[in-house]
Amino acid sequence: MHFVEGDFQAIWLTARLAGIVTLVLLVLGTPAAWWLARTGSRWKGLIGAVVALPLVLPPSVLGFYLLLAMGPNGPMGKLTRHLGISPLPFTFEGLVVASIFYSLPFMVQPLQNAFEAIGDRPLEVAATLRASKLDSFFTVAVPIAFPGFLTASILTFAHTVGEFGVVLMIGGNIPALTRVASVQIYDHVEAMEYSQAHHLSAVMLGFSFLVLFALYALRPDPRRRG
Amino acid sequence: MDGIHARFRLDWPGFTLDIDLDLPAAGVTVLFGHSGSGKTTLLRCMAGLERPLRGHFSFNGEIWQDGRRWVPTHKRPLGYVFQEASLFEHLSVMGNLRYGLKRVKDVQRISLGHAVELLGIGHLLDRRPARLSGGERQRVAIARALAVNPRLLLMDEPLSALDQKRKREILPYLERLHDELEIPIIYVSHSPDEVLRLGDYLVAMEGGRVVARGPLAETLTRLDGPMRIGEDPCVILDATVGIIDARWHLARIDFPGGNLWFRDPGLPVGRRVRVRVLARDVSLSARPPQESSIQNILTGAVECIGEDEHPGLAIVRVRVGPNRLLARLTRRAVTALNLEPGMEIWVQVKSVALTD
Repeated sequence: MHFVEGDFQAIWLTARLAGIVTLVLLVLGTPAAWWLARTGSRWKGLIGAVVALPLVLPPSVLGFYLLLAMGPNGPMGKLTRHLGISPLPFTFEGLVVASIFYSLPFMVQPLQNAFEAIGDRPLEVAATLRASKLDSFFTVAVPIAFPGFLTASILTFAHTVGEFGVVLMIGGNIPALTRVASVQIYDHVEAMEYSQAHHLSAVMLGFSFLVLFALYALRPDPRRRG
Repeated sequence: MDGIHARFRLDWPGFTLDIDLDLPAAGVTVLFGHSGSGKTTLLRCMAGLERPLRGHFSFNGEIWQDGRRWVPTHKRPLGYVFQEASLFEHLSVMGNLRYGLKRVKDVQRISLGHAVELLGIGHLLDRRPARLSGGERQRVAIARALAVNPRLLLMDEPLSALDQKRKREILPYLERLHDELEIPIIYVSHSPDEVLRLGDYLVAMEGGRVVARGPLAETLTRLDGPMRIGEDPCVILDATVGIIDARWHLARIDFPGGNLWFRDPGLPVGRRVRVRVLARDVSLSARPPQESSIQNILTGAVECIGEDEHPGLAIVRVRVGPNRLLARLTRRAVTALNLEPGMEIWVQVKSVALTD
């Protein structure tokens, strides 16, 4: 296979982006999923719908609004100016923030399902065994929902890797800064470099397949418990 | 301020729990009733798993709930056994037992070793819950509840998810808890057998309310109340095995006020047993019976005569020493014998059964 310098940069950038987004979403998405799974609040439906929105929204729409929000007159733009940091559009940090929104449902929904499947009982048992709510979350809910964490992390990572439309809207196409693998492939095709597009695409295909294969292979089989 | 005081009012759509109870903080108190009578809800209120808007709960003077005061479940020194064992599947048996143990700060009254020995689960410690039988799971769950060193043990129908064979397997362990631990136990059940076998104090519930309560032996011999455990009126006697007669395969059990012979159950002399005497197996005689096939003859005094379900029948309560027996007679027999309260009487007991 033949790769150019830019290919490696794009792959490394993509992996870094997806890794950071997955870690950030683990921290942000877990409490959100826990709340959605256990609340009886009437806001549950609304919040659930907002979290799921990126699933159906065209990435360009999401990217467009994020661009406006990050722009000098948007709320995020004002915030960054107030904090004295550079504006987010066309930066790696901007891509991270945008991807957090873009991949949010892929973290929250599997976690929410896993938390809902636990039910009340194990937590009630933990309470009768002297565990506080926080204690039982880490010692009972997280271990029981561990497959859910695995699924959610893999899906989030893979989904962020496959991001294209939002990146173009927010990050543009700056080599080594915002040019991720999917954009790099687009550039190759634009430049009629089909063989290089082939090679990078094959890497992406292989990666995607491996991720899904891992996901299905790792999923605990209820017939093989114990 | 000894004892347990519980007052709860809980309104759910279609169900209201409304109780005000003083319970002894000793022995086994059985909350007895049909499903939907509110006994599990009451137990959950005691544990703090339900939070009724209005309620008060105190245990030996310690207030766990009163007005705005609320001690969360994990800070209440109780043990809870759920209807299904509800073991943590991600932990081994030992991990399950140690889960609560690690979080307890006060002095150990029951060591983990004792709990393991009491429930006979020493050989299971390394197993995963998924590899246990239903009976084993429930024994682990009970040991796990004991390992947190509870001062009050709450048990919600711990046997109801098990088949008859598994029940028989666990009941002896529950009897050992009853006999060997000093912890008060509140035990929810809808099974007359479990009530008779384990109970010391009875609370009968119906539709979210308490309909009868009192020491079990006394409640069973009350002739006015609606209380009836099981099919037939009966009494229980707490007794000990006195003599084994190997020749006739009989055992004599002794209780305050007399003794009874019955077929040898294979228990050692000195073992405490609880027996059930059905009212239909007891007959009365105004004179010492002679040459009767019924050889268990006690002397007692008629206390009172009550009605039975059928107009032709009566239930007579007889005091034998400090204990009471019930006899089911026909109305005609009551009149023929001229039975009246205070009358000295000979009591013939046709059969006796261990409560199991």
